[in-house]
Amino acid sequence: MKLLAWFRSVSSKFFHPAESAEELDEELSEHIALRADDLERSGLTRSEAERQARIEFGSAVKFREQSHEARGGNLLETLLLDLRFSLRVLRKSPGFVVAAVVTLALAVGANAVVFGIVNALLLRPLPVPNAQGLWAVEHFDSYPNYVDLRDRSRSFAGLAAWKMVFTAMDTGHDAEGVTGYAASGNYFDVLGLQPTVGRFFHSSDERGPNSAPDVVLTWAYWHSRFHEDPAVVGRTVRLGKEPFTIIGVAPKGFGGTLLFGSPQFFMPIVNQEQVDGQDLLHARANVQGIFEMLGRLKPGVTPAQGAADLNGIAASLEKTYPKEVPHRDYSLAHPGLYVFGGPARAFLAGLMLLAALILLAACANLGSLFAARAADRSREVALRLALGSSRKRIARQLLTEAALVSLAGGAVGLATSVVLLRRLSVWQPFPSAPIQIPVTPDASLYIVALVLALVSALLFGLVPVRQVIRANPWEVVKAGPSGRTGRRVSLRDVLLTLQISICAVLVTSSLVAVRGLVRTLHGHFGFEPRNAMIVDANLASSGYTGDRALAMERRMIEAMQAIPGVQAAGLATSYPPLIYAAAAQTHVFRTDARDFRTENAAAAPYRYDISPGYIRAAETALLAGRDLTWHDDAAAPRVALVNQQLARKLFGTEAGAVGRSLKLQDGTSVEIAGVVEDGKYFSMTEDQEAAMFLPYLQSPPRATDLVVRSSRDPQQLVLAIRSRLRQLDAGLPADVDTWNHYLGVALFPARVATVALGIMGLMGAMLSITGIFGMAAWSVSRRLKELGIRIALGAQRREVLQAALGGAIRLLALGSAAGLVLGVLASRVLASIVYGATPRDPLVLAGVVVAMALLGLAATWIPAQRALSLDPLVLLHED
Amino acid sequence: MPDQAQLLPGTLDLLILRAVSLGPLHGYGILLRIAQISGQALLVEQGALYPGLFRLVRQGLLKTRWGTSENNRRAKFYELTATGRKRLREETDNWNRLAAAIGAALAAQAEEI
Repeated sequence: MKLLAWFRSVSSKFFHPAESAEELDEELSEHIALRADDLERSGLTRSEAERQARIEFGSAVKFREQSHEARGGNLLETLLLDLRFSLRVLRKSPGFVVAAVVTLALAVGANAVVFGIVNALLLRPLPVPNAQGLWAVEHFDSYPNYVDLRDRSRSFAGLAAWKMVFTAMDTGHDAEGVTGYAASGNYFDVLGLQPTVGRFFHSSDERGPNSAPDVVLTWAYWHSRFHEDPAVVGRTVRLGKEPFTIIGVAPKGFGGTLLFGSPQFFMPIVNQEQVDGQDLLHARANVQGIFEMLGRLKPGVTPAQGAADLNGIAASLEKTYPKEVPHRDYSLAHPGLYVFGGPARAFLAGLMLLAALILLAACANLGSLFAARAADRSREVALRLALGSSRKRIARQLLTEAALVSLAGGAVGLATSVVLLRRLSVWQPFPSAPIQIPVTPDASLYIVALVLALVSALLFGLVPVRQVIRANPWEVVKAGPSGRTGRRVSLRDVLLTLQISICAVLVTSSLVAVRGLVRTLHGHFGFEPRNAMIVDANLASSGYTGDRALAMERRMIEAMQAIPGVQAAGLATSYPPLIYAAAAQTHVFRTDARDFRTENAAAAPYRYDISPGYIRAAETALLAGRDLTWHDDAAAPRVALVNQQLARKLFGTEAGAVGRSLKLQDGTSVEIAGVVEDGKYFSMTEDQEAAMFLPYLQSPPRATDLVVRSSRDPQQLVLAIRSRLRQLDAGLPADVDTWNHYLGVALFPARVATVALGIMGLMGAMLSITGIFGMAAWSVSRRLKELGIRIALGAQRREVLQAALGGAIRLLALGSAAGLVLGVLASRVLASIVYGATPRDPLVLAGVVVAMALLGLAATWIPAQRALSLDPLVLLHED
Repeated sequence: MPDQAQLLPGTLDLLILRAVSLGPLHGYGILLRIAQISGQALLVEQGALYPGLFRLVRQGLLKTRWGTSENNRRAKFYELTATGRKRLREETDNWNRLAAAIGAALAAQAEEI
């Protein structure tokens, strides 16, 4: 019964809070009026009676608050009252609210985005059952090595392997370029997955090369291309020219074991030759063959024990096959990031560090904002205390304000980050490669953002509360707004200096990164990517092998050269330099070598098999000797072009290398026909590497890329190339794009780093503007009277500015200097990601100084104007 | 003004209930009634009355309605509910017992022990 009454009273107050508050006010004022009536009757004047009644009544504020609490529903109601009051107060200082909300939104947004990415790539496990038990070997390896590791290891319950295949899937109507995994038979069993429809392939299906022409579709591809038709199971499709049968569909949400990209199908690895055009199953020396191995450790086996087990087997393989198996150290990591795990983790750690810096700077900013506000409001708070409001109540109300600000900032930041993350997750950086970053904002993201916002704002919202608890109302009221501020200023100074130096660090790093990227884009790679097209002709998937492929490739080159406006065309098997970060290293030996074990190699150059014309098409400078010709075929003596680095390494001379010889790992002697300039091969940030170019007519055929050089309009050129290729064979699926476009992949880390750092730098700049502005504006308003007197006494503009803003400028200089030094130190880390990033760059140093000076100028402009336009008369009248 | 006794903690509620039990009253009226029935010996601080009133309303001992005061002002009148009447009886009994006991204790002489 009582409970019911209480509940009714609470709910009525919740729904009609304003009414009951007004009722209370009315009742109290009626009381005073009634008392005044009585007093008036006893002979006082009306106004005297009312005054007397109010005095007798006591502190209306106090009793009103006590009454509110006594009326029940006090928690909810006082909360609502606090909220309404806080909103009213905040509405009166929009500048403070905007500055605080923007600051928080920046910090929360930046951290939420970074957390979202980290969560997607590092924290969230693969979508398979018991993902925690899965471990991956983040290395390439060869298939025979994998088979030995799988069969001889005692630590794994199962060890699976897969490689990427790129082919065309023909369903009978049309062919479409697709990406797939050629996976070992136990792949799905190791992962512990069950098909949505149909069945998976298993180890028992592997009965030798090309024994299992089966295809399992990913759910997404089943959905997009086959409209979730269950009858698709049993259908025959062509991969390249070979017939395969669709046997099942993988579960929804499973897109392979790489987190940043999903294939469209899975096929048994024993059939890879039909799709790849070359046999990997018996090539033990091809340690680039397998993309990744992953397995489940047996219960009780630690990852370290598992890795030791693998390394033991690897050592014995190395002994048994000294020529084929190089030494390697295996280590286990959680699957999902593959060989990019190391760099990605390092990059994300760097990003988290930067985001944490933003948060720190924002907190410092919030701290000084709240402290300044507390100083401004000390009089108001003192008055309320003097009028009988309780400290608890004022503190609670200040905290409500801080919470409101933090929620608003957090909400804005979170909304922004969700939008950004959504865009990021549909962003495909490379149209020709299935790379995607699967970030989907989930509950943990919201929780992190909320906690960040609340903690940072409440922590700094507490600064004024502490001052309130300590304040002695009488002193504050007596002393006026400028009294008792000594200690607070120093706290603010420290916070502001800290904030500015953090911001200067961010600005420095972003300038270093931007400058590094600019250098990279104008750098020299040992070839000229401008005005060059790359044609990925994929002969193997179109059914060309052996001599037919060689003949077809020559016809293709000649067809390209016949296009009007084409200056040169040539091909490179596998990929030309810097494409998809794919490059194969091989081992070369001096001519007197007898022992061809890997550790005796004289050098490990990148190997490219090229056609005549490639060197001209790539515009790689030939420094000595001759270019390759069509006569350098299988019947002719073996020859090679080497780069300067390899020539120096082998012979100690560049020009003198021509005519001398080296040996390949299989013992073949190769004569140096020419020396070409050094370049970049695998990544932009690599040190100078050795490289070797062999005539492709003397090597086994492999996947082919044509380089076509022409200054014609790229779009027309693409059409011309496509039509020529169709004339040769309508079944050739040819990807044509500019070399520069493909370079995007190699430049991707640098670009992402630069964009990320640029944004962080921008945020740092915005934060320092709000910080300096707040400080300058406050120091001007605090000293208005003093400045007015100075102006009245004839101070010059310069002196006024110095008095008003000297402190802020000094802090800015101090913070910037500290930040610059720290930024230069921090930028050493950057050099590993951004090619050519060096902090010891006068342009960068000057840039930081100019940027911080401009920021300071921008931020102090308005306060300075206010200080200069003071009218001493008006000002002195006021007090 | 005569000497005024300090209110014992908890007695304000009892006084309010008693004052209202003699007929519906507005807040100021309750103050006057308490002063009147206590022979001007008990004077409640004016503002302090209201938290007490609201507490009693919340406990369901008093109910309110808006009406017009004797000098034609709009005022909120308080009256006892059935629960309030019951509570007043209990509290009165309690008080009488307590007062009798304390009175007896204070009046006790050494030879009576």
